Amino acid sequence: MTAPTDRNRPVQRLGDRVFSGSALAAGSMILGALALVAGFLVLQSVPAFTTPPDEISILGDKNLWDYAWPLIFGTIWAAILALVIAIPISIGIALFISHYAPRRLAQSLGYIVDLLAAVPSVVFGLWGGNVLAPLVQPFYVWLWESFSWIPLFAGPPSGTGRTILTAAVVLAVMVLPIITAISREVFLQTPKLHEEAALALGATRWEMIRMTVFPFGRAGIISASMLGLGRALGETMAVAMVLSATGLVTFNLISSGNPSTIAANIALSFPEAYGTNVNVLIATGLMLFAITLIVNALARIVVNRRKAFSGAN
Amino acid sequence: MKITRTGGIAALALAGTLALSSCAANEPGTGGNDDQPSGLSGTLIGAGASSQQSAQEAWVAAFQTANPDVTVEYDPVGSGGGRDTFKAGGSQFAGSDRAFKLDEIEADDFGACIAGTDIIEIPAYISPIAVIFNLDGIDSLNLDAATLAGIFTGQITKWNDAAIASQNDGVELPDLQITPVHRGDDSGTTANFTDYLAVAAPEVWTVGSIESWPAEFGGEAANQTSGMVDAVTNGTGTIGYADASRAGDLGTVAVKVGDEYVPYSPEAAAAIVDASPLEEGRGEFDLAVSLERDSTASGVYPIVLISYLIACTEYAEGAPVELVKEYLAYVVSAEGQQAAQEAAGSAPISDTLREKALAGINSIK
Amino acid sequence: MTATTGAKPLVNAYASGRLAKPVPWALLGATLLVSAVSFVFIWMAEPETEYNIAAAVFLGVVGYAAAIYVVSRLVEGPRPAMNRLITTLVVLTFVIALLPLISLMFTVIVNGLPRFDATFFTWSMRNVVGEGGGAIHAIIGTLLMTGTAALISIPVGLLTSIYLVEYGRGPLARAITFFVDVMTGIPSIVAGLFAYALFTLIFGPGVRLGIAGAIALAVLMVPVVVRSSEEMLRLVPNELREASYALGVPKWLTVLKIVLPTSMAGITTGVMLAVARVIGETAPLLVAAGFTTNVNWNLFDGRMQSLPVFVYSSYVSQGTNAAASLDRAWAGALTLIVIVMLLNLIGRLVARVFAPKVGR
Repeated sequence: MTAPTDRNRPVQRLGDRVFSGSALAAGSMILGALALVAGFLVLQSVPAFTTPPDEISILGDKNLWDYAWPLIFGTIWAAILALVIAIPISIGIALFISHYAPRRLAQSLGYIVDLLAAVPSVVFGLWGGNVLAPLVQPFYVWLWESFSWIPLFAGPPSGTGRTILTAAVVLAVMVLPIITAISREVFLQTPKLHEEAALALGATRWEMIRMTVFPFGRAGIISASMLGLGRALGETMAVAMVLSATGLVTFNLISSGNPSTIAANIALSFPEAYGTNVNVLIATGLMLFAITLIVNALARIVVNRRKAFSGAN
Repeated sequence: MKITRTGGIAALALAGTLALSSCAANEPGTGGNDDQPSGLSGTLIGAGASSQQSAQEAWVAAFQTANPDVTVEYDPVGSGGGRDTFKAGGSQFAGSDRAFKLDEIEADDFGACIAGTDIIEIPAYISPIAVIFNLDGIDSLNLDAATLAGIFTGQITKWNDAAIASQNDGVELPDLQITPVHRGDDSGTTANFTDYLAVAAPEVWTVGSIESWPAEFGGEAANQTSGMVDAVTNGTGTIGYADASRAGDLGTVAVKVGDEYVPYSPEAAAAIVDASPLEEGRGEFDLAVSLERDSTASGVYPIVLISYLIACTEYAEGAPVELVKEYLAYVVSAEGQQAAQEAAGSAPISDTLREKALAGINSIK
Repeated sequence: MTATTGAKPLVNAYASGRLAKPVPWALLGATLLVSAVSFVFIWMAEPETEYNIAAAVFLGVVGYAAAIYVVSRLVEGPRPAMNRLITTLVVLTFVIALLPLISLMFTVIVNGLPRFDATFFTWSMRNVVGEGGGAIHAIIGTLLMTGTAALISIPVGLLTSIYLVEYGRGPLARAITFFVDVMTGIPSIVAGLFAYALFTLIFGPGVRLGIAGAIALAVLMVPVVVRSSEEMLRLVPNELREASYALGVPKWLTVLKIVLPTSMAGITTGVMLAVARVIGETAPLLVAAGFTTNVNWNLFDGRMQSLPVFVYSSYVSQGTNAAASLDRAWAGALTLIVIVMLLNLIGRLVARVFAPKVGR
């Protein structure tokens, strides 16, 4: 143990040793579990790389990368869209609950948003496909008629509304409570003294939030967003039930041809998969794993740049 | 937190002990096996195609009612999963939307069976696939295979296209974009539908029988039968294909066979199976049907899905052989097929097929 | 035009340099009215289209945001104007978030209530075809598997986050932090496949057990617990810890008596989110725990049904009596939401009991 512990407690007590030992054990257990999962993934995906592509029926005439590329693209594209929608709204909600709503109301409002997290993904899938998609379809037609010169809305619009934008909206609604809940707690932890000092200097409420709450909570927001991103990347059933996935690589948001996502593709293809097809699907799972690894590494770098052990310093 | 959880579980456990072993009102308790009319007991495990699930539920319910001490579990993991599980020996029977291929049978031994023995495959679940569409005021359309293939490959894009109109005199077709919907997940339904297109309209449908849809054909993708039905119902100018029992109020296509247009019906679906020969080169009781989808016989509906029940001819030690035999015999019996028709809208198998199947089932050791 | 209609009552308030209280409300009403009227004109021009309520409200709200900014900028100056604009946007985000929630809840409740009856909670699906039947087997399975997953992952997750925040330094802590992040990205079905493969190794092929489902859920749950608890523990001010050390309290007691209670509310929220996340998982349970129509109390023997799988399979496999099956699916979804709400409520009560009494 290094500097800070030495300063506080040079002598290790039994309780300390037991406590830190069990904490360490728990942490190592996670590493162990992850190593098991990763090992399983790698082991199971080896045949997908070594078997000649024309012997694997699920690939069609393509090789593994041509099969996986639209899925990788779709996964990242849908998750980015979802986060672009979800992050501003969640920060707004978190601010509303922590700093705008009357204090008595705030807790029940938080509870209402948490309710969204309580909705199982199957239900989101049912709702997204049967309620949301028909609702937004006329809007997509309008977007196409008015903005078809923007590549995003190049159309032609889907007849059912089950596009990647609809899927991204459903994903956004699903990650909202995650990002909101953590941002809200972080915002609430802003030191009261900082806020009061800002207000005393004549700042408006927004200036106070910009100067005290946001700097304090930035790492928390990024952390929360990453958690949301993790869910958006890995979400299976809701995407599978909403998206009309045809395997195209396109930025077109409103047409019926959309890239699928890795997780949804695994869930949908797995029941009918046999032999090496299963290995191909697990190999795409490994790729999703790798994507999350990269995304999280990037996020860590961003967070670490502004590292502060505890906000009260 | 931990306190609530343990508390909750303790409360659950308490509730469990209070309500005997099983607290479901419709399940027998542990003390309920006083009279055993059949003498059968134990658990039979099957896994496989989700297409059979509704039928299996009906079979299982009837079989368990007749034999209260028996539990039959059918796990709808999917055809591929079902075949793999059966092969590995994880289940006593499998349900699959296609029979094992010959090289698959030769390649490995089956886990539940004695090595080197044959397997039994029974086409026990025959289901017509309806081509469904959503157009205001139109309940039925006549289409031939080439037109269907044209629609699903994206070559025919409007509902009032001459190819459609020429076959449907007197039907007012709207000037509306066609949105063809196909299954986004790999499915036996897609395999059977495209097999039909490939056989009946080879010059338009050139990619053969496929399980996953090629991206270049465009169209909308929906997942599972329910997703397909929802997409067709909620969309405008949509057309798709689904298990006939789920067609509901949607319009359905009568398919051209020979010189007449045949709407789907269980009888017409069973007729094509009877009109088709069994595949050559298989074991005595391996009843894999080689469907003749280009048959021009009168009254056959060529787009059908056949789902097989797969079992061993000789089980390895410890398997509930009696249960397998009794259960399969019930499934192929007239009552069993009747129950499936009521619950899942499938087509009952013919008496000739039943005799062959029963011969196979009786030989199970 | 909107600015002039709304600006009239401002005259009195102008002297003080601040907008009077009713002004924003009047502005909102005015812009909504203007937007509604203009859409009536559009509607009258093209009577065959429907009156577009959504677009009218949307335009009205956007108009209000613009109007309040302009008016406030004229009267109060740029800084308060910005403040008002942001306030409007923040409230707006909350309303936007409520829309899908209300729509969802409405859909689930309306469709779920018809079968939300006594039979549903006392019957399983054994020997049930078509109408009737219930979900007691699925409810039991869900509670058992999620409970077990929570029993595994809450201690592990909490201890790990304590390690990361209070003890961990150096490469091991960094590795754990990083790989916990990676774990949040495990697709749920891969977790299911992993658990299935693990138990196949131990018990032979094709085995499906409740405990395998619980392990799959735990794999999904642990990183969420770690991530959110870690965030909450880090927020506990260092002054509190230092004050405790200064009184001679050992580190482990400081963590147990000071740090944990201070962050209890946040940790509970995180744990509840984690539970809510896994309790609705379908794919891993279908792979690892299987499907059954019978009640099973034993995690270590035989397949176990769960509510999400029940909902999914009722939706996917409807049979000829589709309405009965769909009703069961929605009732199952409603039950699932009610269970999570109850858990949430209990969690909050517990958090309140343990939390230190501070004004917040």
